[in-house]
Amino acid sequence: MKDKAEAYWKANVSLILKLLAIWFVVPFLGGIVFVDALNQISLGGYPLGFWIAQQGSIYMFVVLIFYYAKKMSDLDDEFAVGGE
Amino acid sequence: MALQTLTYIVVGLTFALYIGIAIWARAGSTKEFYVAGGGVHPVSNGMATAADWMSAASFISMAGLIGFSYQGYGGSVFLLGWTGGYVLLAMCLAPYLRKFGKFTVPEFIGDRYYSKAARIVAVICLIIASVTYVIGQMKGIGVAFSRFLETTYETGLTAGMVIVFIYAVLGGMKGITYTQIAQYVVLIFAYTIPAIFISLSLTGNPIPQLGLGSTLLSDGTYVLDKLNQVVTELGFAEYTTSTRGSTLNMFVYTMSLMIGTAGLPHVIIRFFTVPSVKDARKSAGWALVFIAILYTTAPAVAGMARLNLMNTIEPTPGNYLAYDERPQWFKNWEKTGLLEYQDKNGDGLIQYSADKTTNEMVKVDNDILVLANPEIAGLPNWVIALVAAGGLAAALSTAAGLLLAISSAISHDLLKGVFMPDISEKGELNASRVAMAFTVLLAGYLGFNPPDFAAGTVALAFGLAASSIFPALMLGIFYKRMNTAGAIAGMLSGIGVTLFYVFQHKGIMFVQSTAFLGDMSPNWFLGIEPNAFGAVGALVNLIVAVIVCKLTAEPPQEIQELVDYVRSPHGEGTAVSH
Repeated sequence: MKDKAEAYWKANVSLILKLLAIWFVVPFLGGIVFVDALNQISLGGYPLGFWIAQQGSIYMFVVLIFYYAKKMSDLDDEFAVGGE
Repeated sequence: MALQTLTYIVVGLTFALYIGIAIWARAGSTKEFYVAGGGVHPVSNGMATAADWMSAASFISMAGLIGFSYQGYGGSVFLLGWTGGYVLLAMCLAPYLRKFGKFTVPEFIGDRYYSKAARIVAVICLIIASVTYVIGQMKGIGVAFSRFLETTYETGLTAGMVIVFIYAVLGGMKGITYTQIAQYVVLIFAYTIPAIFISLSLTGNPIPQLGLGSTLLSDGTYVLDKLNQVVTELGFAEYTTSTRGSTLNMFVYTMSLMIGTAGLPHVIIRFFTVPSVKDARKSAGWALVFIAILYTTAPAVAGMARLNLMNTIEPTPGNYLAYDERPQWFKNWEKTGLLEYQDKNGDGLIQYSADKTTNEMVKVDNDILVLANPEIAGLPNWVIALVAAGGLAAALSTAAGLLLAISSAISHDLLKGVFMPDISEKGELNASRVAMAFTVLLAGYLGFNPPDFAAGTVALAFGLAASSIFPALMLGIFYKRMNTAGAIAGMLSGIGVTLFYVFQHKGIMFVQSTAFLGDMSPNWFLGIEPNAFGAVGALVNLIVAVIVCKLTAEPPQEIQELVDYVRSPHGEGTAVSH
């Protein structure tokens, strides 16, 4: 029981770390640190870096949360720790 | 129909709706009062969270901040910061706090760190952060009334207070949740409809998010290229590239807003209202979907409305609008003091430029961008009336959420948790209503007499949430070894560093003359502005907490079991009181 709970938590933490890496890289590196370089590429009328900072990152945040929710639901089932 | 009458009708209808909901959703127990009974559907909670989160600042000011003060790209700090925090909430806080299953944020801190002192520190942080935040909402209500309904600021504020009073005192979290859902619907229509119109008229594309990346109908150039050209010709910084301070400042500012967002108690407690841990995770996603609809529209409104305004004043390069021929909206907004013109060279033309000595648009308030946008774009009167109702919905919904966070901290954490542990459920419900009534009056008082420091308080609210509440919660969940001494030392040092930095530049309690270092970039630590310092405070909190914790005894067995309990959804129930 205890081992199972620990394995579940470990799986959760490693998922969070992976997703937070994306959460960090896209807006902070793509939208801020390397924005000038990315602005050389155009996305329609948007410079790419500007688009990442004012549009793209926000869409990505939404996807990250739903992906996390889905993956955690699977983990809940796998480790049989779901509610009820 | 006259604009004024129409505005009264639209605003009146929305208010009647809120009151109707309040009567229908009365709270009968403390569980209903604090967490709406714990049975709110995740999508409904997402919508309520979005309304709770998006304040007068998001609705009225943000597009203008992006378009004017932060000169385009620099405004990204708000767009990123105020949305990215939801990722932290969804993964690092909401599910576990939902599993914990109690009513308030300080309650978790008190139980997890087995200490009344820790709980009281959390209550103080919560109250300071929420009270400063609520002043802004009260001001927003008064201003929206006085501009659109031409009442005095005081009348508007009183009307707003009465409405909030009725549904917050009567319904608690239950009443607030259902009114927030209605308020979200009102505010999102009010925000997107003018944006769709302006995008259609400029680019022919009805989706503002795509319109900003499209070409103009007038001359086929891209909107952003045109904007860059127009603003640089007048001496302003290029729209798509001008940063806010240094790159480091943008980085830290964004991070501070993200961490602060995740640590704001009035947002966190919304996730106590859903039925399960699974729902808490999903609900954070839905909240961000509903927030993103406004937040991805805002940059389009910012860019397009700015372009429209520039084109009105200077239709072709070097060809200025004559002051006598200015449009009606220009006159209307001059009356409110949001626009101000001074004919410096006496030629009767309006010259607008970045050069302070020749610029004749001496005042262009940030708020004008959203408020006057429908008039500048020549939209029908009902759209303008809707914008008024939307601004009020945004301010009221956020105010109500904040008031609940404050009053539950008083009645549940201070009264029941510390001073009167034996109080009955009925007694506590009454006490929470009295606390709510008292909090509404306090907020109203502060709205009538905004303290000098009101303008600087956003920094304080986010700074405190980021430097104290977020790290304490996060360590409590992810670091089992964390103990009382570490948590309290961390919170106090995080707050200490943040307050010290804000006060040294903005004055002690924001009294300007007591600032011992002027608020200008050469004095800033590594060029980081005071508003952006919360992330540094959070880092200090983290380091101090871990060091102190390592030097002191590990927490008792039952606390480590509590941490195991919140980490897994296994065996969850709905929110329960003690």
